[in-house]
Amino acid sequence: MKRTFRISRFDSEKDRESHFEIYEVETEASDRILDCLNRIRWEQDASIGFRMSCGHGVCGSDAMKINGKCGLACQKLVKDFEDDEISVEPLPSFRVLKDLIVDMHPFLEKVALIRPYLVCSEPPPEKERKQDKGDNEKINEIIRCILCACCTAACPVTGENEDYLGPACFVRAFRYIFDSRNEDTVARLKQVDHPDGVWGCVNHFECTRVCPKEIKITKSINTIKREIENRLQK
Amino acid sequence: MPFKHDVIIIGSGLAGLRAAIELAGEVDVALISKVYPTRSHSGAAQGGIAAALGNEETDSWEWHMYDTVKGGDFLTDQEAAEVLAKDAIRAVYELEHMGVPFNRTDQGTIAQRAFGGHTADFGKRPVKRACHAADRTGRVILDTLYGMSLKKGIKVYEEFHMLDLIMENERLAGLTAYEIATGDVHVFQCKALLMATGGFGKVFETTSNCYANTGDGVYLAYKAGVPLEDMEFVQFHPTGIHRLGVLISEAARGEGGILRNRDGEPFMERYAPTLKDLAPRDMVSRAISEEIRRGRGINGQDFVHLDLIHLTEERIQEKLSDISSFVRIYLGIESNKDMIPVAPTCHYMMGGIPTNTDGQVLDEESEWIPGLYAAGECACVSLHGANRLGCNSLLDLVVFGRRTGKRIAQDIEELDLTETSTGPLEEAYARIEKLKKRQKGEKVSVLRAEMQEYMTKYCSVFRDEDGLDKALRKVEELLGRYDDVMIQHKGRIFNTELIEAIELESLLHLAQAILRSAESRKESRGAHYREDYQERDDANWLKHSLVKKTDKGVRIFSKPVTITRFEPKPRVY
Repeated sequence: MKRTFRISRFDSEKDRESHFEIYEVETEASDRILDCLNRIRWEQDASIGFRMSCGHGVCGSDAMKINGKCGLACQKLVKDFEDDEISVEPLPSFRVLKDLIVDMHPFLEKVALIRPYLVCSEPPPEKERKQDKGDNEKINEIIRCILCACCTAACPVTGENEDYLGPACFVRAFRYIFDSRNEDTVARLKQVDHPDGVWGCVNHFECTRVCPKEIKITKSINTIKREIENRLQK
Repeated sequence: MPFKHDVIIIGSGLAGLRAAIELAGEVDVALISKVYPTRSHSGAAQGGIAAALGNEETDSWEWHMYDTVKGGDFLTDQEAAEVLAKDAIRAVYELEHMGVPFNRTDQGTIAQRAFGGHTADFGKRPVKRACHAADRTGRVILDTLYGMSLKKGIKVYEEFHMLDLIMENERLAGLTAYEIATGDVHVFQCKALLMATGGFGKVFETTSNCYANTGDGVYLAYKAGVPLEDMEFVQFHPTGIHRLGVLISEAARGEGGILRNRDGEPFMERYAPTLKDLAPRDMVSRAISEEIRRGRGINGQDFVHLDLIHLTEERIQEKLSDISSFVRIYLGIESNKDMIPVAPTCHYMMGGIPTNTDGQVLDEESEWIPGLYAAGECACVSLHGANRLGCNSLLDLVVFGRRTGKRIAQDIEELDLTETSTGPLEEAYARIEKLKKRQKGEKVSVLRAEMQEYMTKYCSVFRDEDGLDKALRKVEELLGRYDDVMIQHKGRIFNTELIEAIELESLLHLAQAILRSAESRKESRGAHYREDYQERDDANWLKHSLVKKTDKGVRIFSKPVTITRFEPKPRVY
């Protein structure tokens, strides 16, 4: 069945600002939105820019705003959308480089600030460090994060405060704060204990709503807040 | 101005990252990648990483080595398999120390599960050897090594697409690369260059591979005169989601999943009585294809069923949550209620750039080409022989990524930075301008689709002379038509059509190398199954294929297999 795609276009070589262009494409219900974008690009207009790689929701390249909601183009199927017209825009709050491609650097720089690696001063044992099954389970959900940036882009606070670390950073912070092998928990808690940190979150729940990996992000942020109250404020 | 680094690594998947981590702080090292590091395809590996830790049951590295050799249908170079199996244990502990969140046993040690072709006591029974973090093992290792690369402050040139190697006086001098965001071409000079560019499953129509897996590094080495090894050995993973090709990990069968045909029969029992559904991938893919050919696919169609219904919901949630989410999203089914439609999907290239066990790239006399290294899927050590075992790939990446890093650190004293002439930069610009200037011609997507169609039809699980010949003639025709390929979009910024045109050149030449090697090997071994030569023929074919691009066309020759501990014998499971 034919569907109309309304695609946000911007090329700094010729455009001052973004505008929409309309494309009609033959689709099947089981097509991924990514398949449709590729078909448009290969058959109609080769100039459309978007990132993609794995095509099945593991790499996180093709995050964009589809019918108003952030998600991965390879994880959304045509049949998920009832309207004849499907609109596709770049992630909000991120600087657009071309069409659906945004500048990921500011986002990744903030992730790097979180120190996304284990801090452990004790020399490791000869074999593995032991970890209780229960401790391991504490981070089982959070490690599903693929840094696609849907959560941070969808968060209304990101749009209001460019210094806000954003949900993806808190997900990374959680991953190390609650890893029983990590030593510098207090330093990590302090790092997000400010208005641009977890306290900037006012429970819009947008991050949780859009997360392609179904991580309960808002709940995780609140868990960090409670940990700060318990460990830093008492 | 050229960028200068002691060591440049192309590709930021696990092999590239692991090598970079080894080198950081010792020498000036930089990574170049056409994607952001966390988008690399290593992250799509699901099931696990093999090591004979013996956490769940008795295991030994000798058994692991034997399985690797037998899994490779005795084409594996056995000294490489020994290095892999021995070093596996240290490598997995090291990953744990770096922070990889492996699942745990009740004792708090790393949890392990069964995987295809991994056995105890030299093939007697399946053994739990696959260390894992649910079914996202590759992803969490990638995230961990990416974190380490941030900690070490490793320079990454993201979204740079390599265009060509620069050789000066038969020595490696550097490379040219295209900056995707700006359309600029840059020269990089280096003393050592490590190819870690992964596979090229995009030669085929249905593949578990990502869009970026177009074999750029393998092709550029080939173009520069490096012979490619064992290119005919292409792994088809038994369980891709029907039509989509999205991978359903072997872990599904490791956790107890069963393949069934239209009659509901667990047919693997007929093909591999001992290991059944946990036979190596080449055998399971052939079995599925045979069932389909005999009309025993589901409703006579081109797929079979993977049955996880008997697994508990908790087990699926704990160990297989990603794949259950894939089938929910793409098929609208629940893996604990509905059968999953699966068929073989192109998954992995056993062949590639020939190296020794230190990642040094070898020329046709098996001499090192100074300054050039390769590791990971783009390399052929040859570790996986004619068929790779599941969970040996992630292991290969971290073991040989590290070893290559160490070797580069040793060699670097002997290697110099060579000044490059202006020629390569001018050539690179000229190539891009030529592509952009052409006003009429065929589309990249048209040529690519034809190549993928023929490769899938004639060079997949079953092959024969006639089909390979058809595919070869098609690919050679496409190589001719490629000279007139036209790109519509002429812009500089994120011109993905231009990138795809450059990638297609790699894919077409690699398709030709696969076909020529496959046509030449007149026997069946591992993943290379010839219907016109159905037996393994050790007398004539226990040797590696080499394919080399010359001025007079493509030349095929061979080199011996290293056999140390295990004499070839019939491969039954």
